[in-house]
Amino acid sequence: MTTGKEYDEMTKKASPPSPKAIDILNAFWTGGLVCTLGQALNSLYEMAGFSEDGVKAAVSATLIVITAILTGIGVFDKIAKVAGAGTIVPITGFANSIVSPAMEYSAEGRILGTGAKLFSLAGPVIAYGTFSAFIYGIICYIFKLY
Amino acid sequence: MVERLGKYTLALNSHPSITGCAAVVGKTEGEGPLKDEFDFIFEDDTLGETSFEKAESALQKEAVTRALTKAGKTPDEADISLAGDLLDQCIGTSFGLRSLNMPFIGLYGACSTMALSLGLASVLVDCGAAKVAVASTSSHFCSAERQFRLPLEYGGQRTPTSQRTATAAGASVVESRRNDKPTVDAVTFGRITDLGIKDSNNMGAAMAPAAANTIADFLQDTAASPSDFDMILTGDLGIVGSKLLCELLQKDHGIDIESVHADCGLLLYDIEGQDVHSGGSGCGCSGSVLNSYIMRRLESGELSRVLFVATGALMSPTSSLQGESIPSIAHAVLLSKPLSK
Repeated sequence: MTTGKEYDEMTKKASPPSPKAIDILNAFWTGGLVCTLGQALNSLYEMAGFSEDGVKAAVSATLIVITAILTGIGVFDKIAKVAGAGTIVPITGFANSIVSPAMEYSAEGRILGTGAKLFSLAGPVIAYGTFSAFIYGIICYIFKLY
Repeated sequence: MVERLGKYTLALNSHPSITGCAAVVGKTEGEGPLKDEFDFIFEDDTLGETSFEKAESALQKEAVTRALTKAGKTPDEADISLAGDLLDQCIGTSFGLRSLNMPFIGLYGACSTMALSLGLASVLVDCGAAKVAVASTSSHFCSAERQFRLPLEYGGQRTPTSQRTATAAGASVVESRRNDKPTVDAVTFGRITDLGIKDSNNMGAAMAPAAANTIADFLQDTAASPSDFDMILTGDLGIVGSKLLCELLQKDHGIDIESVHADCGLLLYDIEGQDVHSGGSGCGCSGSVLNSYIMRRLESGELSRVLFVATGALMSPTSSLQGESIPSIAHAVLLSKPLSK
């Protein structure tokens, strides 16, 4: 009889791998496009006379709002299916990961549905992002990088 | 009466008949190659309900109601209904069937539920415990996604081995033998099998060993060979699982089923055109394909003998997160064309 180890080999052979070359290429150009859009917004807000901090916040907020709208009308997941990391890695991915559960769990009510599940995907990013910042802060403090 | 054949198989010597069956599906399934086979296609996947769970319940109720009507029965005349689905505590089923007032046994066999419920219903009719037994199951792409995977609008990519949960429901009404209706001749309830697959995006690979065991058990118990069947129809192994099933049967048992093997997960969708990766899955996948395409062909005599082997992956989101492998099951039901054909 086939053992688990043999079956693992058989499964690896039978399972087609993700098309990595195409995925990477798509992630590259779509991710680049998101960043270009971010840069364009950056220049636009600068021209509009925003302060440096104001520009940073406004660019992020605009990308988040665009993503939220695209998620809401059911378009974002179709773009992301092609873009992959191209839309997950920029702030668009973060925005989508908050809006999509908010929509999904609205059937369970505003408090225990939308409210409780809002950060079900983004929670780990926030938790470990904050934790990483803390470690980074300690390293900076020890090596007197400030 | 029920008679045990070999170690695992039950021969149903009264040959109960499937007197009515129905399959209802969602929009995507209704655009697939079997679109002309289904009893009804819902263009709106919410079925006009306020949640996808309610939509799934409505889907199963529709299939059961239609199957009973086709059998010329009312829900009141059903002695027992056996059904299940994928949702927590099987709410797709219990909420869907609650208004029908039938004695009810809830089942969980994951995607193997159609074979499990049909097999049990047939055994109950064969042994005289029920005159009219209803077997049904359902799944819904949207309710399954939110339970097992990610929110619908989450923007991610899926692996080529993943499968699409069908928005579909199927129901069969089993009664004592009628010469103009297909019969259930034997049932094998499978063993839980686990060859250590942990990837919940590769269910076909997880379930193939269970299907291989059940098929080998059935063939051994009944001293049959694959050429004795027009079709050995697995539930939802998809491209990857189907390939592995054929390899396992050949390697471990020297059985070659390739020429008679078909898979509901591959029949339900246009695999390339509908972008369903490795194929369809979910209880409703085999439930709807069996109760439409297959039953029509059995009823007309185009197919004579079909071994229906629905497969189920018995993991939960919790067990997957805890790093457990995926135990699987497969149940086999032998179906034959009507005596009059």
